[in-house]
Amino acid sequence: MPEAPSHEITFAQAVREGFEQAMEQDQNVIVIGEGVPDPKAIFTTTSGLREKFGHRRVFDMPLSENGLTGVCIGAALQGIRPVLVHQRIDFALLSMDQLVNNAAKWHYMFDGKASVPLVVRMIVGRGWGQGPQHSQSLQSMFAQVPGMKVVMPTTGYDAKGMLIAAIKDDNPVLIIEHRWLHQIKDVVPLGPYDAPLHKAKVLHEGSDVTVAAFSYMTVEALVAAKALLSTMGVSIEVIDMRSVRPLDTETVLSSVKKTGRLIVADTAFRTGSIAGEVIAQIVEKGFNALKAKPVRIASPDFPAPTSQYMSEHYYPDARTIAEAVIDLVEGPRSTGGYAQLKIDIHPRGRHDTPNQEFTGPF
Amino acid sequence: MTDTSPSQLFRSMLRIRRIEEALAERYTEQEMRCPMHLCIGQEAIAVGVCASLKREDLVYSNHRAHGHYLAKGGNLNAMIAELYGRASGCCGGRGGSMHMIDMDVGFMGATPIVGGTVPLAVGTAWACALKDTGQVTVVFFGDGCFEEGVVHESLNFAALHRLPILFVCENNNFSVYTRREERQPDRPIHLLAGAHGITAYSGNGNDVQEVLNASRRAVESIRSGHGPQFLEFHTYRWREHCGPNFDDQLGYRSKQEIEAGMNDCPIANYVEKINFKNTSITQQEAEIRAEITAAFEFALSSQTPTIKDAEGKVYA
Ligand SMILES: Cc1ncc(C[n+]2csc(CCOP(=O)(O)OP(=O)(O)O)c2C)c(N)n1
Repeated sequence: MPEAPSHEITFAQAVREGFEQAMEQDQNVIVIGEGVPDPKAIFTTTSGLREKFGHRRVFDMPLSENGLTGVCIGAALQGIRPVLVHQRIDFALLSMDQLVNNAAKWHYMFDGKASVPLVVRMIVGRGWGQGPQHSQSLQSMFAQVPGMKVVMPTTGYDAKGMLIAAIKDDNPVLIIEHRWLHQIKDVVPLGPYDAPLHKAKVLHEGSDVTVAAFSYMTVEALVAAKALLSTMGVSIEVIDMRSVRPLDTETVLSSVKKTGRLIVADTAFRTGSIAGEVIAQIVEKGFNALKAKPVRIASPDFPAPTSQYMSEHYYPDARTIAEAVIDLVEGPRSTGGYAQLKIDIHPRGRHDTPNQEFTGPF
Repeated sequence: MTDTSPSQLFRSMLRIRRIEEALAERYTEQEMRCPMHLCIGQEAIAVGVCASLKREDLVYSNHRAHGHYLAKGGNLNAMIAELYGRASGCCGGRGGSMHMIDMDVGFMGATPIVGGTVPLAVGTAWACALKDTGQVTVVFFGDGCFEEGVVHESLNFAALHRLPILFVCENNNFSVYTRREERQPDRPIHLLAGAHGITAYSGNGNDVQEVLNASRRAVESIRSGHGPQFLEFHTYRWREHCGPNFDDQLGYRSKQEIEAGMNDCPIANYVEKINFKNTSITQQEAEIRAEITAAFEFALSSQTPTIKDAEGKVYA
């Protein structure tokens, strides 16, 4: 495949570029959300759009999440392609009724006579004292409902390509972004392109353990993968799951057939998480391929506390993944390699700001 | 009896102002690691409304809650400790600035999901009515919050059952960086509440005496069984939406507008009006400073919680 001309930009810039190109391609694309045209422009992901496309296509919305979600669904039924943005996924809970009862079911309950080409971006607001109502990772709640597609891009490439693909898709698509990904760079094609909304992708090849990771946990898994390989010679395969619904467990299964061991790393609460669903499917489909019991790594089953003293030990990270890998391969912990590993994956800087060690591109 | 003397109203406003200024100053050290929404410029509403209440009356608030918490008598030490994430904080460090609570003085809770506490306040008022406790419940919210559907559902229910609740809308004309003109048609907020069948009033939120008078009338009417009341007070937020600084560089409001807003200072206005003696002001300043210094000392010497503390209390 010939290389398309590309550049190195951040995830946030990639989203912005995706918006701009999708809006150039289709007059029906509109962008709406609290803060979309304000000076901060949703962490800069929508900056300049109003200047370029005007206030009829780019606008702020009143604080009426559920009502306006319904309004966007109605507009979508009439041929508009709205992209609704929530600065925090927690606010999207107010949209839940319209999303679950109308957007997700319209096509099905009216026998395919109409569909809802709506895109909703929701941002997971981890970090710096965000606390119980501003940092939840709720993908499994949204992904439980048939009729919606739910994706979680990790790379800048996917952030742009999935946004463009989601806008073209005739179904409601939820894009859940983790804000600790926004500043990471990636190599992104200059022109418009689609990234698939249903496929996982192997980001790091390995033969000892499969780590299927969602969103930001992919970054932590890659940090662990590099350190494990260089210090202890343990090789893990890191799969960026990319899509939560549909869930591509085929890619996971073929990896597990090679490694025999599975860790699933999710950003959500452990109970009822998508990590559990991945494991259930792998156990159903590939029980015999497993050499050890699968492992779930997720947020603990209590809300994220605000205090820095508690949040410091709340989130799993590269260390959690590496330790789980070593357990699975029954690796030694008395060697110099292990000592070096601990140094290599020890986070620098404060725990409640994004990992500056990982700079991309992917 | 609540002390509503001019010197007390003045002191209460000044205290909120000085506490928040001290927070703004120390915030840059990055040890209060939580988003913080200051109410500097809006103190008169918190003070005037809470001065019309009894200790056993109940109050709910939102993300911008410091003033409401303090005006209702919330514990200062527990507030500052909460901002520093300490175990002695009012939420044991779980919440930070956006989650204030002090049930000892009837401050029932403040949370940052806009609109989230409005129906809770109605429910609390409903319970008070069912139990005939005579308590009044107050909920503070902003002009942005008034756009949330749940607010209108709550107004409807409160009106239907003539509940003992006072809705207080602090209209500072902004929702984050978006002006009201971009979010709502040109019609007064209080008239919509009126259309729900609730007696509604709109007034100057930077005049503490006017706020107190209006609140007193409203609370008396509620106590005598006439059902909910709605007060809309116009005011101005001086500092950035979230954070300790001024945000004039963002360009979403003009220099002249900010200047006009700051010239209409509720505290300076009041000092002028009641012709306060300088010596008395100096003394109150000194007392407040000492209290603030002690509160920071308390917070900073308090124990830090651990992840074990975070695990508990998921269930009662
Ligand atoms: C349901 C919900 N939507 C959006 C937000 C983000 N947000 C936080 S404060 C705020 C502005 C609220 O404006 P207003 O109610 O007028 O209060 P003010 O900040 O002016 O005091 C917004 C939109 C939120 N916290 N909750």
